[in-house]
Amino acid sequence: MSIATKKNAAPDPSLKIVQDATCTFCGCVCDDIDLSVKDNHIVEAKRACVLGKSWFLNHHVDERPSCLISGQPAPVADGIERASQILAGAKYPIIYGLSDTTCEAQRIAVGIGDWIGGTVDTTTSVCHGPSGMAFQGVGEVTCSLGEIANRGDLIIFWGSNPAESHPRHFTKYSLMPKGMFLPNGRKDRTCVLVDVRKTKSAKAADIFLQIKPRRDFEALWILRALAQGLELDPEETELETGVPLAAWQDLMTRMKAAKFGVLLFGMGLTMTRGKHLNTEALLALVRDMNAYTRFVAKPMRGHGNVTGADNVVSWQTGYPFGVNLSRGYPRFNPGEYTTADTLARGEADAAMIIASDPMANFSQAARERLAAIPFIALDPKETPTTRAATVAFTTATYGINTPGTVYRMDDVPIPLRPAFDSPHPSDFEILSGIERRVKQLKAAVRLP
Amino acid sequence: MANSLFRISGGTVYDPLHGIDGQVQDLWIENGKIVAAPTDPEVRADKHLDASGMVVMPGGIDMHCHIAGPKVNVARKMRPEEKRLAKPVMRTATTHSGTMGSVPSTFATGYKYAGMGYTTAFDAAIPPLAARHVHEEFDDTPCIDKGFYVLVGNNHYIMRALQEKEPERLKAFLGWLLSSAKGYAPKMVNPGGVEVWKQHQGGNVSSLDSLVEHFNVTPRQIIRGLAQAADELKLPHRLHIHANNLGLPGNWTTTLETMRALEGHGGHLTHIQFHSYGGGDGDENTFNSKAVELAQYVNEHKNITIDVGQVMFGETTSMTGDGPLGYYLSNIYKSKWFSSDTEMEAGCGIAPIEYKNKSLIHSLQWAIGLEWYLLVDDPWRVVMSTDHPNGGSFMAYPQIVRLLMDRTWRNDVLNTVNPAVRERSTLGDLDREYSLYEICIITRAGPAKILGLKNKGHLGPGADADITIYTPHENKEVMFELPRYVIKAGEVIVELGEIRDPVRGKTLHVSPDYDKGVEADIAEWFEKYYSIRFRNYPVTEDYMHEHETIACE
Repeated sequence: MSIATKKNAAPDPSLKIVQDATCTFCGCVCDDIDLSVKDNHIVEAKRACVLGKSWFLNHHVDERPSCLISGQPAPVADGIERASQILAGAKYPIIYGLSDTTCEAQRIAVGIGDWIGGTVDTTTSVCHGPSGMAFQGVGEVTCSLGEIANRGDLIIFWGSNPAESHPRHFTKYSLMPKGMFLPNGRKDRTCVLVDVRKTKSAKAADIFLQIKPRRDFEALWILRALAQGLELDPEETELETGVPLAAWQDLMTRMKAAKFGVLLFGMGLTMTRGKHLNTEALLALVRDMNAYTRFVAKPMRGHGNVTGADNVVSWQTGYPFGVNLSRGYPRFNPGEYTTADTLARGEADAAMIIASDPMANFSQAARERLAAIPFIALDPKETPTTRAATVAFTTATYGINTPGTVYRMDDVPIPLRPAFDSPHPSDFEILSGIERRVKQLKAAVRLP
Repeated sequence: MANSLFRISGGTVYDPLHGIDGQVQDLWIENGKIVAAPTDPEVRADKHLDASGMVVMPGGIDMHCHIAGPKVNVARKMRPEEKRLAKPVMRTATTHSGTMGSVPSTFATGYKYAGMGYTTAFDAAIPPLAARHVHEEFDDTPCIDKGFYVLVGNNHYIMRALQEKEPERLKAFLGWLLSSAKGYAPKMVNPGGVEVWKQHQGGNVSSLDSLVEHFNVTPRQIIRGLAQAADELKLPHRLHIHANNLGLPGNWTTTLETMRALEGHGGHLTHIQFHSYGGGDGDENTFNSKAVELAQYVNEHKNITIDVGQVMFGETTSMTGDGPLGYYLSNIYKSKWFSSDTEMEAGCGIAPIEYKNKSLIHSLQWAIGLEWYLLVDDPWRVVMSTDHPNGGSFMAYPQIVRLLMDRTWRNDVLNTVNPAVRERSTLGDLDREYSLYEICIITRAGPAKILGLKNKGHLGPGADADITIYTPHENKEVMFELPRYVIKAGEVIVELGEIRDPVRGKTLHVSPDYDKGVEADIAEWFEKYYSIRFRNYPVTEDYMHEHETIACE
């Protein structure tokens, strides 16, 4: 990874500049950030958004021990040994998280899941898992973000609030850029927002359609019907969706008239009533639209490398998340092998949580189970999960301290350019140590 | 172990590059390479394998398949339904588990290729923006050497250079692009057509002289310009061509025009079966084979090589860089459909498909593939492929061997397909049977030569010691589906389908010389239109594990 040093007037010799660094805070994965680093502290993050600035500038290395066993400081090697014993000795071990670490670490983690016959699941199962399931039903018409920048003349956000969740999406990819076929940038585009409440993103939109909560499915099927030219009852339409039929008709007219339409959707669609059925309706609508013009769909993925996690789990096992390897080969069943469920039902008897905080955001039943079983946590920061872990590793932060690869929300792989070293080991290093050891432990069991 | 001497004795050796046609002889291996037999008769090998009574060939080479990268991985995600029925790959103490179906997971892909005696495979269609993804998957695809072709037929910079009549700039860009992606060869997919698909509903080009809007170039100009650039860069594999109008009745004239458009430059027409159709006007009843006419042209023009893209009956997944083709297929079969357009570079289409032997179209596709093997006179210029998984899985290669070596069996199968095939193709009239020597050419020696791989596809000194040892059998499918031993870089990695030593395998790529002066212009264009930074685009050395740069000479 190359680190350039600025050589202009009166340089501060203690200031290191890292050009084209990658921000892993959200799924936008902006790779154009120039970092100024002084004394192992990032003092400036040029071009970063408010979330990115907070991510970079507030980053400091935790002065915790790199490893704690039952809350007591311990050598990392001891932690690796204890973690390996826990995982190799368990009957139903689960590995969960993965969306905020590098693909290099994810690959090792999935490998461990295979050697120990465990379950591998990622945070996808609690965000865009339903999108993955809908995708298996109907497919998807999509594109890379640069296509949206260069061609997208009708941009619809559905159940997504990028102004707050993906602040640079508008300026970098979807609304403001002057693209190859949109020389006037924003003026050449129309932006529509569909949501159940008027979020901050409404300000950026030309049209805001406020639908009734939990009526996304109905609204999307109304658009599918209008695309086919079916007659709909105005009263019933408004009653079902909270939006007048004329507004839906106007939207459909715009959708058909667009040269390259884009429908970007968020967790407002995937995690509300209907879940994967909502996404299926949306993906089917976008597919339908390709009979009239070019139209694409794209999920607004949240975590920095959740898309990488989907990719890695898929290429190693054939399935995107919720994969069980206990029979010696991969099986997939969301609801059965997804972590929130395996924990809440009290099935898992050991766990390894990587870069995720289920103790802060899972259901009470799931949290109680996790607290009751031996588990390992890897995280750069102290969290409710690391505090409850049997073995807790403090790890270097990806993108700030460690190199590696992350996948942007459109599956484009991007390299990381770290700013400074961490005294803590990386996820990759810890996981590689655990993989070597569990492989030995499991082989010893198998070959007497 | 590395420096030890390994002798394989008494095998019946097939090494067509050296004219060896079933002679009993020993092979000597040192440092992963074939070496000459020691002149001193006192020299003893450290390791010895008795291959008496067995058939010894170089490891198989699949020069056109889809095994890694964004498109393949999307297909894995999209098709859970076929995995539960397919026998999975079980975890062992040293090897990973995996799933099968038409799109196996990465580890499974490596194990299954090796288990079948194939030691090298090339993914045929990668958008360079996703090159890093492919290298990551390759690192999880053990046992085989691998490389990939870089999609260039709809690249904006290339079309712009053609429009501005700047062949030198095009050539330098092609050199930069292949080096940046750490790819192996340039690949055209429906040149120009994918860009039209991005611009218009149902868009495509219809002929070699259709105009691609905005860039004002034609497919013919793209083909000619790239063929020339590839020749001047002296690429080991010049130009890999998926021609326009794939799958459409009457497309054979486009295919003929494409071969003519090369104007004597080297070119490889891939999965040519899908491009050899007569008929048209949307009427299924006019669909017929034009393999005879096209094969005659190939026989007469030595600058052209082909691989077949054999269709096999059963369920599979169609996946292509040809966006409009994916749309076309999903509309025909009313299946689920994935499409993805990559900025500045490429498209992609994926849809499940089932080839049925009662269907006239599918039966003809099957027959046309076989016609191609049997009609090209020179086996060095026709390569076995199913365009995995498009025509069928790579796991079907042993069945194809049997169809080519056993005329009686071929006619038995012909009798089970749609009977109109006998009128619409010449397959029933073709008596040719392949010999083991010729099979060895179309599955290893030939593809190695076409790819410019000097150390593969043969068993002479200096060759990579990638060797497959078969137990002879009357039924050639049985013989080829389960080799007795497979040796990779001098190590026995497979015995009767069981993986013994899951070696990593290396990545093969090129690094052509090009005019570095062009980089400033590329950077300026890149920063204007791409959504990632120019500096973050090239794949750096740290993504390469075991690898080999194949010389451009």
